[in-house]
Amino acid sequence: MSQLLEVSGISVSFDGFKAINNLSFSIGHAEMRAIIGPNGAGKTTFMDIVTGKTKPDEGSVLWGDLSRNLIGMNEAKIARIGIGRKFQRPTVFEDQSVFDNLMIAVSNDRSPIGVLFFRPKAKDIAKVHELASTIGLTGELTRKSGELSHGQKQWLEIGMLLAQDPKLLLVDEPAAGMTLGEREHTTDILKEAAKTRAVVVIEHDMEFIRRLECKVTVLHEGSVLAEGSLDHVTKNQGVIDVYLGR
Amino acid sequence: MKNSFFMKNPSLLVFLGLLALFTLGVTLMSEAYGSGLVSTSFVKTLGKTLCLALVAIAMDLVWGYTGILSLGHFAFFGVGGYMIGMWLMYARTEIIVVNSLATSPIPATASEISDAIGSQIFGVVGSSDFPAIWMFADSLTLQLMMVVLVPGLVALVFGWLAFRSRVTGVYLSILTQAMTLALSLYLFQNDSGLRGNNGLSGLQNLPGADNIPQSVMSIWFLWASALALALTYIATSFVVSGKFGSVIRGIRDDEARVRFLGYSVEGYKLFVFVLTAIMAAIGGALYYPQAGIINPAEIAPIASIYLAVWVAIGGRGRIYGAVIGAVVVSLVSTWFTGGQAPNINLGFYEIKWVDWWQVLLGLSFVFVTLFAPKGIGGLVDLFTGRIAPSRKGAPLGPDAGSLREEEAEK
Repeated sequence: MSQLLEVSGISVSFDGFKAINNLSFSIGHAEMRAIIGPNGAGKTTFMDIVTGKTKPDEGSVLWGDLSRNLIGMNEAKIARIGIGRKFQRPTVFEDQSVFDNLMIAVSNDRSPIGVLFFRPKAKDIAKVHELASTIGLTGELTRKSGELSHGQKQWLEIGMLLAQDPKLLLVDEPAAGMTLGEREHTTDILKEAAKTRAVVVIEHDMEFIRRLECKVTVLHEGSVLAEGSLDHVTKNQGVIDVYLGR
Repeated sequence: MKNSFFMKNPSLLVFLGLLALFTLGVTLMSEAYGSGLVSTSFVKTLGKTLCLALVAIAMDLVWGYTGILSLGHFAFFGVGGYMIGMWLMYARTEIIVVNSLATSPIPATASEISDAIGSQIFGVVGSSDFPAIWMFADSLTLQLMMVVLVPGLVALVFGWLAFRSRVTGVYLSILTQAMTLALSLYLFQNDSGLRGNNGLSGLQNLPGADNIPQSVMSIWFLWASALALALTYIATSFVVSGKFGSVIRGIRDDEARVRFLGYSVEGYKLFVFVLTAIMAAIGGALYYPQAGIINPAEIAPIASIYLAVWVAIGGRGRIYGAVIGAVVVSLVSTWFTGGQAPNINLGFYEIKWVDWWQVLLGLSFVFVTLFAPKGIGGLVDLFTGRIAPSRKGAPLGPDAGSLREEEAEK
């Protein structure tokens, strides 16, 4: 089976500093993957490249069965072809209700004219309610999202990603600042999502990754240091030296 | 119905009612149709004020709702005025010229008439030839289309260049100031084809309507301005209330998030920029026939800054706030600068409001920004019970134009 996303040999440098150095990465259609690495390993830059925010100096990013090149596409277009991204800090529209936040994300016509005359149909409203129950925010639909707790905002943002029906979810530190109970709920949401689509999770917390029960990619200084099961990579001497040993 | 258009815009019906009452009241007190309590010149002031409220709504849509602090929207207002002014001046001069040539023994040819109109209009800048931009001036229909098309196209090209390069925040404001400055400097030139610093004049006289006194005409323009304002209010309410409003408010507070949801942020900004430029132009096309004259000083950069000040003082992000700001500030300004405000004699110095009004306006802008971010429109919250969220001073989003804590609704 062909891969969903094939990143090969990408490099990017900022003012001479090589943030990503000949990095290759691939993920299948319904797969969960965790990316770990110390600060400055290039995890967020990697996401920036895949989502079109940063252009790599070299290398290729190929998408889907048709192997479309993502380099050169703008962020909005990449989002529309099926890559959803969650930022490190929860970013939701704080001045708008949870319902509106989800409705804005539900996949529909994205053109200005189409949106101007858009009126939610029964299936759109049903979709919002279904998502709200998945992320556990059914009781909060009418509240302004700015009032939500940190953890609830994280879930709302994940819900907004799911609403887009993406084929690939890129999730940057979803568990940061969460309580234990919230973390468990987050793991459940992500595992459920990974049954039907690819999910890439960037995370520092080893316990969180252990609960995801997935393949792990370790980044260091902009390239892949090790890849495999969590037990496998934690036994790797290189990983112990740069990351775990500290 | 819970989700009906009027339920989502509770201010709409109140506003339309007040506007209708106001228009009726002025009509019944006018010299033409009523008691004559309100002078014709004050009717014109009120009619012009309604046009300023219209352009303020456009400013609120682009700044208060979309977060683009454009300091150039008054240029579109002026261009709209120029476009209608060209027809008014041409058509009226044509009637005068034809009448005066009718008495000559040999009937004048078409080219003689055209030359005579040209020397009448452009004699003041030492020319008599019609520049190419006047080619549609003889047709009201075409020139009315130009009211919409010219500012729309200028906004489209300017906006496309600016938004495509992702110019945002203060840099975009500076760019729009440069645009309006360049436009007014260009129009100041005698060979710009629009009579240089003389501008277009005599616009209060509608061609072929010499028998209609100004007292009646002023009321007609008041009605037209009120209608245009009402339609703008309804259109803007429609734009901001649905999912489109959700998207543009998202762009205001956090445009990166909107982009990663798959929306073309640049496309939306361009759409709003062009739409509001057209609204502003329509306001200008109704304003300048009431003012009687338009010249390049009208679209000086300061005019667009005033526009932002009105919206800030009225309260941005609420449509009625823009209307209140424009109406209050421009009427108070008329009062102060018209010499009606009594001077204050301090013994060693006499405060003449004609000079000091600008200082007062500047101070009130600073005061509102620092201490009353909701503006005058925030007073409405005392009745509706709307309260701001408690966020320890954090704005509603990471972007420069995002809503401030005090401006938001809990």
